[in-house]
Amino acid sequence: MIKKIALTAAVALAFASSSAMAAGGGDETVLPHDSHGIHDVAFSFEGPFGAYDQMQLQRGLQVYTEVCAACHGLRYVPLRTLADEGGPQLPEDQVRAYAAQFDIYDAEKDEDRPRIPTDHFPANTAAGAPDLSLMAKARAGFHGPYGTGLSQLFNGMGGPEYITAILTGYTGKEKEEAGSIFYQNTAFPGGWIAMAPPLAGEDVEYADGHSNSLHHEAEDVSAFLMWAAEPKMMDRKKTGLIAVIFLTLLTVLLYATNKRIWKPVKKAAKEA
Amino acid sequence: MSHAEDHDGTRRDFLYYATAGAGAVATGAAVWPLINQMNPSADVQALSSILVDISSIEVGTQITVKWRGKPVFVRRRSTEEIEDARSVDLSALSDTMSRNVNKEGTDASDQNRSLDEAGEWLVMMGVCTHLGCVPLNDAGDYVGPTGIGGWFCPCHGSHYDTSGRIRKGPAPENLPVPTAAFFDETTIQLG
Amino acid sequence: MAGIPHDHYEPKTGAEKWVNSRLGIIGLIYDTMMIPTPKNLNWMWIWGIILAFCLGLQIVTGIILVMHYTPHVDLAFASIEHIMRNVNGGHFLRYLHMNGASLFFLAVYLHIFRGLYYGSYKAPREITWIIGMLIYLLMMGTAFMGYVLPWGQMSFWGATVITGLFGAIPVIGEPIQTWLLGGPAVDNATLNRFFSLHYLLPFIIAGLTIVHIWAFHTTGNNNPTGVDVRRENKEVAKKDTLPFWPYFVIKDFFALALILVVFFAVTAWMPNYLGHPDNYIEANPLVTPAHIVPEWYFLPFYAILRAFTADVWIVMFADWITFGIVDAKFFGVIAMFGAIIVLALVPWLDTSRVRSGRFRPMFRWWFAIFVVNFVVLTWVGAMPAEGIYPYIALAGATYWFAYFLVILPLLGIIEKPEELPETIEADFNAHYGKSKDDAAATPAE
Repeated sequence: MIKKIALTAAVALAFASSSAMAAGGGDETVLPHDSHGIHDVAFSFEGPFGAYDQMQLQRGLQVYTEVCAACHGLRYVPLRTLADEGGPQLPEDQVRAYAAQFDIYDAEKDEDRPRIPTDHFPANTAAGAPDLSLMAKARAGFHGPYGTGLSQLFNGMGGPEYITAILTGYTGKEKEEAGSIFYQNTAFPGGWIAMAPPLAGEDVEYADGHSNSLHHEAEDVSAFLMWAAEPKMMDRKKTGLIAVIFLTLLTVLLYATNKRIWKPVKKAAKEA
Repeated sequence: MSHAEDHDGTRRDFLYYATAGAGAVATGAAVWPLINQMNPSADVQALSSILVDISSIEVGTQITVKWRGKPVFVRRRSTEEIEDARSVDLSALSDTMSRNVNKEGTDASDQNRSLDEAGEWLVMMGVCTHLGCVPLNDAGDYVGPTGIGGWFCPCHGSHYDTSGRIRKGPAPENLPVPTAAFFDETTIQLG
Repeated sequence: MAGIPHDHYEPKTGAEKWVNSRLGIIGLIYDTMMIPTPKNLNWMWIWGIILAFCLGLQIVTGIILVMHYTPHVDLAFASIEHIMRNVNGGHFLRYLHMNGASLFFLAVYLHIFRGLYYGSYKAPREITWIIGMLIYLLMMGTAFMGYVLPWGQMSFWGATVITGLFGAIPVIGEPIQTWLLGGPAVDNATLNRFFSLHYLLPFIIAGLTIVHIWAFHTTGNNNPTGVDVRRENKEVAKKDTLPFWPYFVIKDFFALALILVVFFAVTAWMPNYLGHPDNYIEANPLVTPAHIVPEWYFLPFYAILRAFTADVWIVMFADWITFGIVDAKFFGVIAMFGAIIVLALVPWLDTSRVRSGRFRPMFRWWFAIFVVNFVVLTWVGAMPAEGIYPYIALAGATYWFAYFLVILPLLGIIEKPEELPETIEADFNAHYGKSKDDAAATPAE
């Protein structure tokens, strides 16, 4: 009798939690950085063998320099890494010239001097805009279904997609609140963002003749910011691939060895 | 029966060796990054080679730059200094080697120590070869053949001539010349 | 060592005798490696080796990270970026350490569930279980403090919220919280002490791990049947057991290698999947992230913490009977720590005469629900505390306590266990003797 009651209770509980799961799942608007409006972009660096597109990074650098850098900094990114293999891979002299356009205070000489490649990109806090060094990892998308984050397994973490979505998500509506203007943006949590639309399309002139429509500019700068946040991604994937291949081999060998060692024991058990 | 067992035995041995070998390789591969992480990091390596702007150095003056954590003297010598350095009799030197990593194993003539043929540019480590103090320019009581002095180490009184060669005092060697070359007309690359 | 009789180490060569008469280390290693192990152990008995590997991995990668990390509020975040960008292979070592924590907890939960299902906590293995629980608690403390070190937003606010739990204790709570933090709020003093303790605790865990192993080497391993190894003499014991080396070492290594394939794949291709994006924003005491979530391995207990809100009758009752000393906040803290305490006390809460869940028809169902409940609690812990979620959390928390405090004590009395195999040998032979490819082989004998 008690057994029956207990079983009924258990089943009831299991049902309660599963139906609750379904009920709670539909309510996606309560999630932070909620995912609507963020669409998957087929970036070249996705997947186990994906790599950064050097030309895209160079275009993204151009968008960052000509547009974003007015308000945003990249304080954790060393300028010299612009020359690194797998990154934008600018020639050394171009990196030096690029660095020299930003000044830095030299404490030893007590004066400003042009930056050199071993310095970092300047920090820029003037407009209260967040630093972009890690932005592509500090944001995410694809939190569903039901907040489990399982779709990230297929689409990636969604950081660069989030940036693209923000840059292309302006509806054109504005509102004023407490003296500041907010702009409606479909990708931004809450729907209203303090940043004025930074890109309108055709904001920069690409040297490689690539399309400079809004969507292309947004994707280029998103790819560049992903590189800025994770410059060692190619290294990581390569190391991991070697490790996975070798460990697979080791697994197979150990499986065979294990089988072989246990064979007489299992044979004896069979004959017993 | 025994044949089959033997055959089985060699196959088994091979499998065991292969597994043990692969395990050993995996362990070895895991150890290398643990060691390599202690080598100089990318930011430190990037500083191992620096560019020095020499366009603003007047004749007869020098600048001191920090390179690999140590001071480097970059001096634009006057004709008098060059003449003094080049008129020294090599047999009078206590260290007869050039101590120039760009010209390994050469003698200590000034031509082997200066950066350019004419001898206008002298680049050397500003670290006394005695116990590592930073020598002062135009100090001390030593003067060369034409009456001009070079560097003087305040710690134990080592004197160097206008070519940075040890002439008096406890230091054993001439001031070493680091890896250096003209990057362009107004820039020297150290390292 | 007491326990199952087996062949002990005998020094043979002169050199061995020389060492052995001065330090019994070869004998210790020999007896540990050759310990008789029930031959019917299944694949749930691999997690111990995985855990030992994880501890080693975390200690080694951790010591390396320390060489490049700076424990200061102004420099910590930047020093992590230094590791990620400049240090040779630093990015991979850091991601290994990050994801190593997740593998560690995944393995420890499976290890604990193994113990719960097969009754590994039951007499005479209570001390093994209690030491294990201590290790688990220290792991949680170590992981929590380690998560603070990168000094991101989640580091800072996680530390603020979790140390705030201690503030919920009446009267002494606030002084304790201040003492823990070294000030009124999480700051440089907190970061430095967490760094120190994060470095220290793993070595205590390593010490306790040795005691943990010592304890179950004294009693002998449990096994899927829960039937004891016959130990009248060596010959009989040998029928139930095999030496640990090579049979189980190779088996465990195979499992380890397979798990490492997955682990390295995750580290290489989605190292941030289990992390939180907000921790790539430097800590800012003036801005709270929209949604503070602990790492996944804390979520079940975080769900229990938040489950008991002021409108739950038991909380109201506790509040009333203690004249308001136990409010909802304090009740949540008690519930969270209580959830771990009942887990630790399970050797004395389970009244069953039979160890293994394999032979307990009712228990199996309750245990399955317990596992599902654990997953649900993990999921709901990551959800915001609004809408339906608190009710799910409350149901889950209630089942957690009911399982340990009501179901396990009652089941032992009302349940009729199935028949146990006579010996481990019989179980093993039955398993392999009756296997599918055996039908044709039998008549030939």
